[in-house]
Amino acid sequence: MGIEEYEIPVITTQLEKVVQWARRSAIWPVTFGLACCAIEMMAMSCGRYDIARFGAEVFRGSPRQSDLMIVAGRLSRKMAPALRRIYDQMPEPKWVISMGACASIGGVFDNYAIVQGVDQVVPVDVYVPGCPPRPEAVIYGIVQLQRKIDQSKMADYRKKPA
Amino acid sequence: MDSTTLVAHLQEVLPGAQFERVPSIDLQVTLMASPDTLHDTLKALRDRPELRFTFLAELTAVDFWPRAPRFELVYILVSLEHRLRLRLKVQLPSHDPHVPTCCDIWPAANWLEREVWDLFGIAFDGHPDPRRLLMPEDWEGFPLRKDSPVQIRMKPNASSLTQVTAEEFKANVMKDRLARS
Repeated sequence: MGIEEYEIPVITTQLEKVVQWARRSAIWPVTFGLACCAIEMMAMSCGRYDIARFGAEVFRGSPRQSDLMIVAGRLSRKMAPALRRIYDQMPEPKWVISMGACASIGGVFDNYAIVQGVDQVVPVDVYVPGCPPRPEAVIYGIVQLQRKIDQSKMADYRKKPA
Repeated sequence: MDSTTLVAHLQEVLPGAQFERVPSIDLQVTLMASPDTLHDTLKALRDRPELRFTFLAELTAVDFWPRAPRFELVYILVSLEHRLRLRLKVQLPSHDPHVPTCCDIWPAANWLEREVWDLFGIAFDGHPDPRRLLMPEDWEGFPLRKDSPVQIRMKPNASSLTQVTAEEFKANVMKDRLARS
């Protein structure tokens, strides 16, 4: 019942679909935990929730090997240039998930020290609400991102506005 | 040791200095010192054999705006030898508040003084490394002052990372090594 039963072991498809399938099936996040949301992010990557089921479990220590940045926690103004630099060092195509209330809109920290939404610094693809979001919520966010990647075209990534 | 004995010990070393005994709700010995004799007072507190406050536990400030004098600098000192704790306060005016550094007495004061400078704008004369500690280095204003705005609507500066060059880094490391050797 597999591909072995065909005489010629070849299937035809569109390159577009294969590329997007490959991209969405192995989204490697860069390690970027900023606050308590990072604890939930770690729980998400561990056995009970097991983000490996979606191919996104390989947290990379280097931005050069990653596709996704999960901004987990509040971003201080002093940290903002560092976040932008990590984002700039990631190879295209790349995506950003804004995890939690603080990363999305500043949360309860409506003050001088915290950036009121990381979309002022990097372009965000998926916002995950919650304080902090449960691991299921972040997994849902990653699945939403996979759907977005599935629906996008390769040409979309040729020139992505910063 | 009660505050009367402590003041008596201090005034043996510093005959002219005035110390006000401040009542405190937690019954901890609390003294108000004058900024002019502050450095000698701290040195006497550390070096005098009856006192030996060798441990600077905390150095912070309080802003009593709009009261005058506006700032109070608080030193929490511990004498491990005699099992004493002391809260030493200094009142400072709102215009150009500054005191001499005590980094030469307790090296631990280095970052604490930088923090107070960063957040309250109280200058420490003679500090070996008078930079900001917590806020970005290009920040303007002192955020823990009561008249400083809490909520600001300002775009974050994400483009320029404040970074030292390789030469500056090497120079800093060498300076550090020389200081330790």
